[in-house]
Order: sequence, then structure tokens, then C-alpha cells
Amino acid sequence: MSERGAPGGATSVRGIAAAVRSREATASSVVEETLERISAMDGELHCFHTVMAKEALASARALDATIAAGRDPGPLAGVPVALKDNICTKGTTTSCSSKILENWVPPYDATVVERLRDAGAVVVGKTNLDEFAMGSSTENSAFGPTRNPWDASRVPGGSSGGSAAAVAAGLVPLAYGSDTGGSIRQPASFCGIVGLKPTYGGVSRYGLVAFASSLDQIGPFACTVEDATLGLLAVAGHDPRDSTSIDREVEPLLDSLGGGVGGLRVGLIEEFAADVAPSCSGAARAAADALAAAGAKVGEVSIPEVRHGLPAYYVIAPAEASSNLARYDGVRYGLRVDAGDARTMNLRTRGAGFGAEVRRRIMIGTYALSAGYYDAYYGQAQRVRTLVVRAFERAYEDFDVLLAPMTPSEAFELGAKTANPLDMYVSDLCAVPSNLAGHPAMSVPFALGESGLPVGVQVLAPALREAAMLRAAAALEAAAPPGVRGPVKLAAAPAGAASDGGGE
Amino acid sequence: MPDGYETVVGLEVHCELSTRTKLFCGCENSFGAAPNSQVCPVCLGLPGSLPVLNRRAVELAIRIGQALGCEIRPSVFHRKNYFYPDMPKDYQISQYDLPVNVNGHLDLPDGSVVGIERAHIEEDTGKSTHIGATGRIKGASHSLVDYNRAGVPLVEIVSAPDIRSAAQARSYVSELRRVLVAAGASDGRMEEGSLRVDANVSVRPDGSTTFGTRCEVKNLNSFRSLVRSIEYESKRQVALLEAGEAILQETRHFDESSGETHSLRSKEEAYDYRYFPEPDLVPLEPDEALLRAAAVGAGLMPGERRRLLWEAIGASLEEHASGALADQIETVIDLELDRLVVDAVAAGADGRLALARAANEAAANPESARSLGAGSFAALLQLESSGSLSATQSKAVLTVLTEEGGDPSEIAARLGFEGLGDAEIEELIDGVVAAHPEEWSRYLEGDGKVAGFLLGRIMRESKGRANGKVVSTKLAERRSRA
Repeated sequence: MSERGAPGGATSVRGIAAAVRSREATASSVVEETLERISAMDGELHCFHTVMAKEALASARALDATIAAGRDPGPLAGVPVALKDNICTKGTTTSCSSKILENWVPPYDATVVERLRDAGAVVVGKTNLDEFAMGSSTENSAFGPTRNPWDASRVPGGSSGGSAAAVAAGLVPLAYGSDTGGSIRQPASFCGIVGLKPTYGGVSRYGLVAFASSLDQIGPFACTVEDATLGLLAVAGHDPRDSTSIDREVEPLLDSLGGGVGGLRVGLIEEFAADVAPSCSGAARAAADALAAAGAKVGEVSIPEVRHGLPAYYVIAPAEASSNLARYDGVRYGLRVDAGDARTMNLRTRGAGFGAEVRRRIMIGTYALSAGYYDAYYGQAQRVRTLVVRAFERAYEDFDVLLAPMTPSEAFELGAKTANPLDMYVSDLCAVPSNLAGHPAMSVPFALGESGLPVGVQVLAPALREAAMLRAAAALEAAAPPGVRGPVKLAAAPAGAASDGGGE
Repeated sequence: MPDGYETVVGLEVHCELSTRTKLFCGCENSFGAAPNSQVCPVCLGLPGSLPVLNRRAVELAIRIGQALGCEIRPSVFHRKNYFYPDMPKDYQISQYDLPVNVNGHLDLPDGSVVGIERAHIEEDTGKSTHIGATGRIKGASHSLVDYNRAGVPLVEIVSAPDIRSAAQARSYVSELRRVLVAAGASDGRMEEGSLRVDANVSVRPDGSTTFGTRCEVKNLNSFRSLVRSIEYESKRQVALLEAGEAILQETRHFDESSGETHSLRSKEEAYDYRYFPEPDLVPLEPDEALLRAAAVGAGLMPGERRRLLWEAIGASLEEHASGALADQIETVIDLELDRLVVDAVAAGADGRLALARAANEAAANPESARSLGAGSFAALLQLESSGSLSATQSKAVLTVLTEEGGDPSEIAARLGFEGLGDAEIEELIDGVVAAHPEEWSRYLEGDGKVAGFLLGRIMRESKGRANGKVVSTKLAERRSRA
């Protein structure tokens, strides 16, 4: 990847941190340059809800002072990062793209935000998402959609579309999203970048506004596997404030990247091929071939249960969401539409504050948990979830990592699926099994589709086996044809200028 | 209870655990702080916050289970979903089909046994104050919510429907309260809401083996309300049955001012709580270490304390049933003076005297009495038993002893209760006999009524320093010699 634009010439996470740590560049100059880029380009893309110029510059100056004083500024010194706007930032609005939290300013930082600051990263802004992370295109934002930097008429995917597009457009080298049913990986695939969902419990959820608690996981977006790994390492590890956080030392994952795939047992999941576009299934098969060529033992594996993941997901996630979103009742914070009594105030507030998709999922989830229906819906979905977990366990007896298509299609046009929610839900088909199982999975850019848009390949691994997953991902990255990944070269202003991707 | 019917009661007692911090966050768990001063993102249910289970609360909950003879099992937290302004997340984290404690029992002082179906852990809600004429939500101009109580750890103890009267319900709650206090799990202060009771009440014809339709009565914040509401509710239900009407299963509110219950919501209007496993918490699996840690620090349970007292006073089985001693025993247990009595008996005091003085006199100042040394209490009681001090004198010495401490004999001397030897008493008797020859003759002739008069005169002459018992004995001796 060419290193362009930033002072010192670096645009990668590793490059910027190295430049800032060695005083080739100052954190202030990196952040100033980043803010200029955002201000020039984000008008059309709408990646950001909030650009934290003042806070970012102050953090950068403080970092520069730390460095000047000879103290360690941290491994991500001066790296500008963007955060999906469902990650709490003390003193800065965290809207979840919802009218109900439009003006909500958290009084505390999410654990990942604390860790990023400790690592020397500089939070430059909060990015667009589907409201409360419910969606696959970022069109369900109360504040307007984000556009795909490769083609502004296309969606960037979702729900973490703002973060994905910001990285793909080169606005920031690193961004974070949350993945409940593919919300990191699917937009990463649509935007031609790396998106990584860690093992459930690998990164603290404290401060991530909950959508579906048993599925949500925070993870990084970056242009390269190495940068995504650096982004993961900065935030991973046990957090006593999250009871589901895994109490285990984080592996030194960077060592895995150069490890190669010699002897790695790689299984290509057969099931999705029939359900996805040829460009997507073709990319997965090409990836399998590439890994075989690089020395991996590659085979095919049938895991029929994964095809039941989607319906199970669309019961479990709304069920948990119906409970998680109950607190937006107008009593304590966020929007309130006043009424004569508390009950009416609740109803009016929620009716006015939530968008159509959020209301739909609250209703689905409420229904699925209702007396008399619980066993048929929620109970059944949990049983399917167990089946998916067991099916993966069986597959991992024979394989170290699995490959699958990431998405059923390339990035689609804005408005293409907004009329039919089920069409939109199918976007998550290949992604949700990993969420149900709590396993790590990531999208690596690997091909260009018919329309010239990037297509990602999904690498899956068992819980806590990020090292094996990253070995495969690094090998795929090395084998990928040119022009499949961001950052996209963008012209600074006019609309539609972002159609010829290719960052190499 | 109207003739021909039996009341059936099951009680749900919510007990606030006396932990230092709340159930899922580090906020202080204490009563009476300024509104909304003990809150944080977690107990306010702010977006993104997550609960972390308080280990101490789990230990105390298990200790309650141990005290009630429950099976202690692996358990799971559930979310109980319903909208209420004082509930920050609009769901309560509770335990549902897999509670930590199940299948226990509570033995009441009268020998009856009430089954405990479960005792589970859950979080408390905040507290609403309705501003307006009545203080009720109806007609209020606005409401204020204090979230200091939100997230305070509770154990909900659910009895089997084994209770058959308001009196037994009262006895159950007071015995449960003693158990919770003895376990160190609760301060037992009903007036501060540390214990809150809901009663499931039904009635059935005598001899019936099936249960009638029950109503759940809420808002029972005192023993008085508990008893009154159950009595009211049974009468109401019997009246309905007698009139040939059906009882509707519903939730009812007890109005302390009218002494009546009113319907809050019917079965059809009951909330659908949509319970499901709380995904933000992991299952609770008590291991041996946790069970042992839970047991450390629990005090003696009231049943055991009662047994030790009966043993100390050496009462017969008939006396157990008679009530008089039992009342004294309950008093000293409630005031935590039972240890004093048992230890004083071990130090040589008479059991019944020790019990009586503890239940009546020491009870006037229980705070100080609890720090009274069993040795000096026993020494005082021995002075009384041997006749060196009269009962009146002994009580006076006890008052000083309780307030100031010291040696009972020295206190008695200081109060002038000592020094009237046999000779001095004989001298006083001589004087009174000489002054009242007529009365003395009648006494000698066996007129019992005049004995009191003579005793009173002698005591007055002694300015209270003579021991009445000793004087009586001496008077009787003179008569038998005459």
C-alpha cells in the first residue's frame, strides 16, 4: 500500500505510530491533517455524526507533550481513530443514530475508549450507523445514510457503515464498529477493507450501547490485516466491568501474521455457495485455492446447520433488543415527549424516538418472548443456536479455520432493499453463525465483483483462535489481486467522484 | 376468621441485604442519603452500562438459604421486563426458574413449620414520590424518582401456602426477621423498608383440601398492616363466597388508613414479564469455597437460641406451652439479651430470675444491657437469690450496673442496701411490735391481713434498707415461737 498524505508519509496505523513515536511527525500534525481530510470529504460520504476537532487536537497536543517529556506515548501514538456512534464517549454525544438519543451525552467512556486513549490513539469522531445497529446498509440512520466511497450511489453496508466508509475513504486509518450479526464484516466487505469481529468476550462491551447483548462484540476496521490486528490488540483483554469478558491473557497476535499457512487446515464451507452471488462464492473458492497454493491443507466442509443461523438470529437478536431498548422511556435521559401520565409519556416518546426498523424489531422481540410463544420462538432459536455451536465444534475437529463468502452480494444501491426488510435481513446470512457461536470471524478484501466493487472473503475460527484466523487472513491479503482494497482515491469534493476504487 | 372457613396464606418477603455496595455496581447501599446521590451509570441503567454481580450479596443470599435449610443450587439470572419509571432499565434482574435457594423451611416458635419454596436474588427498584394532594399517583401533579435504592440487593423469600391465620403470618415474618438478622444478612428494619411483605391470601371451607382463588396483597410495611390486611382480605373473600360470588384472582393494594384492600389489577391485566436469561451475566455456580465463605460469620439462629434458653432455665414441657416464659424468651431474643441470660446461668445465676430480669428490667435499656458482663449480672442475681438484696433493691442495682458498670456489691453498698444485719432487723421489729401491740396480737392469733401492715411499718422504719423477705421470715419465726 502506498503511504501518502500524512506528515512523515505514513497512512497506516503502524506507520503513523512509528512516525509519531520517533518524532518524525507530531500527533498534532497527523490529527490536523486528518481533520482537514474529514472536512474536505465527509460532506458527501457522511461517515461522521460528530467530528471531535477540539478534543482531538487537545489530545494530540497532550501526546506531543508526553513525547517531548520523554515518556512513552503508547503503541498507537497519534493514530486517529473513529468510533461507531454507539460506543460511549464521555462528554461527546453518543446518538446511536437515533432521535431518542440525539442529544445524549454519556458521563463515562466505554472501556475501549479508555484503552485507546491509554494506547495513545486520538479519537477524532463518531460515525454513522443503522439506528441502534439494526440494519445492513446504514440507511436506517435517523440522520441520513452514509455512502460507499467506492461508488457513492451504493451503500457502505451496515450497521457500522460510517466506520467502514471512513477507513475505506482514507479519512482515518483505524475505526471501530460493533458486530451483532455481521455489522463489522459485511460493511468491511462492501468497502474493501479488513473488518474483524473478535471472540465474544474478547473485547469489553462496557460502554457499547447494547443491541443484542449475547451477540454484540466490538472490533476494528483497517485497510490491512496488520493494522486491524494492532487495532484489536489495543482494545482486547479482560475487563472486570463486563461479566462476559474472558479473563485470559491476550496472545501476541502480531507474531502470527508472518507465520504463513503451511500445514494450516482450512475448510471451505459448502453451504452458502448456492445462496450468494457468483462473485461472492467465487471469491471464497479463489481464496481457498490461494491458501492451498500457499501451503495450507484445504478441504470442503458441509455444515448444514449454518443455514438455520439467520432465522435463529432474527429471533434472538430482536428478543434481546426488545429488552435492551426498554430503558428509552423518556424518564431519565434522551428524548421525552411529555404527556399527562407516565405511561402515555413512554408511548409517545418511544413512538417519536424510534425509527421504523427499531420499532419492528422491538415488536418481533416482544412477541418472541411473550407468554405462550416463548418456547416456540425464543426457546427454539436458542436450541438452534446450540446446534450451530455443535456443528462448528464438529467442523473444527478437522479444520483450524474455515472460509466462507462474506456477503450474498456486492454493495447494493441506496434504496434497493429498504422496501423489504427481509431482503435486507438476508445480507447477514453468512455472518450470523459466528455471532451465534461467539466465534471470531473477519472479512478480508479478496476480489472485485462485476460492478468493480470489492468483495470480501470471510475467515472463521474457533473461540479464542484469533491467531490461526489472522495467519490465514494475512496469507489471503498477500495473495489478493491488486486493487481490491481501500483506501480509495477520492477527489476532494464533487459527488460521485469515488467510483474507481483501488488503493494499491 | 368467620366460622366454617380456613384462611390460607403464602408470603413473599423482600429482604434488603446489608451489603456495603449495591448488587451490580460499587455504589453505596445505605438508607437515608440525599436523593440520587448514590448512583452511577450502572444502577441508573445508562446506555452501555453492564452489571457485575456483588460476591458479598451472593454470600449473604446463600447464607439465608443455609439458615432456612434450603438446597443451594446453580442458578441463572433472568430479566423481568415491565415498564415502570422507578426501574431504570425497565427490566429487573431477578432469578426465575433457577433460583439459588429452594425447598427450605422455617420452624416457628409454636412448633409449626412453614415451607420455603425459594429464596432468590434480585435487584431493588428506585422509589417514586408522587407530589400532590394524596401522595398517591392518582391526582398527583408530578412524580419524583430517587434511584438511590435502585440496584440494592434483595433476597425474595417465598413461603409455601402453609400459613393458616394472620397471627401465624405475623409469627412467620417475625421469626424470619430474627433469622435474617441473626444471619447478618439484614438489619431487619421494616420501617426503613428493609423487609417488605406481599401476602397471597385465599380462603376455603373447613375440611377442603383444594386451595381457593388467591389474591396478592401488596404494600404491607408493618406487622400491623400484615395482620390487618390478611384479616380484612379473608373476611372479604368469605363474604363473597357466602353471597355466592366468585373471587377474582388479582393483585390488591392495602390502604393503611382505611384498613381495606383495593384491586390494583386483575389476572387479565397482569404483566407479561417476558422473562429470559440475562445475557449480561454468567450463570451462578456456587462451589464449596463459596458455600463455606457464605457460612462464615452467621450468628446462632433463633431456634437454637431458644433451645439454649429453655435449657438454661430448665423448664418443663408444660411450661413451654404455657406462654408466660415463652414471651420472656422471645423478648430477650429480639433484644439480643439471650446470650447474657445463658452466660449468667452458666456463671451460677438462677435461670428464671435471670430471664425475668433480662426480659423486664434489662430490656428497658437493651443497648447498654448487651454490653453488661454476664459475670456481674450473675453476681447481682445471686445477691438477690440469697436474700442479701430485695427484688426492689436488686432492680435498682441493675439499673446502675447497666448504665455505669461496676461491682454489684459495691453498688448495693453505695445505694445503702447493705448493712442491716440480723440484729438491726430484730431491733426494728421490736420497735414496731412495741408501737403496735394490738396489731401484733392479731398477727399472733393468725390474722394474715395484718402481716402486710407490720411488714410495711418495718420496711418504712428501715428506710427501705431491710430485705422484705428476711423481715417476713423473721416475723413468721417469732409467731411460731410465741
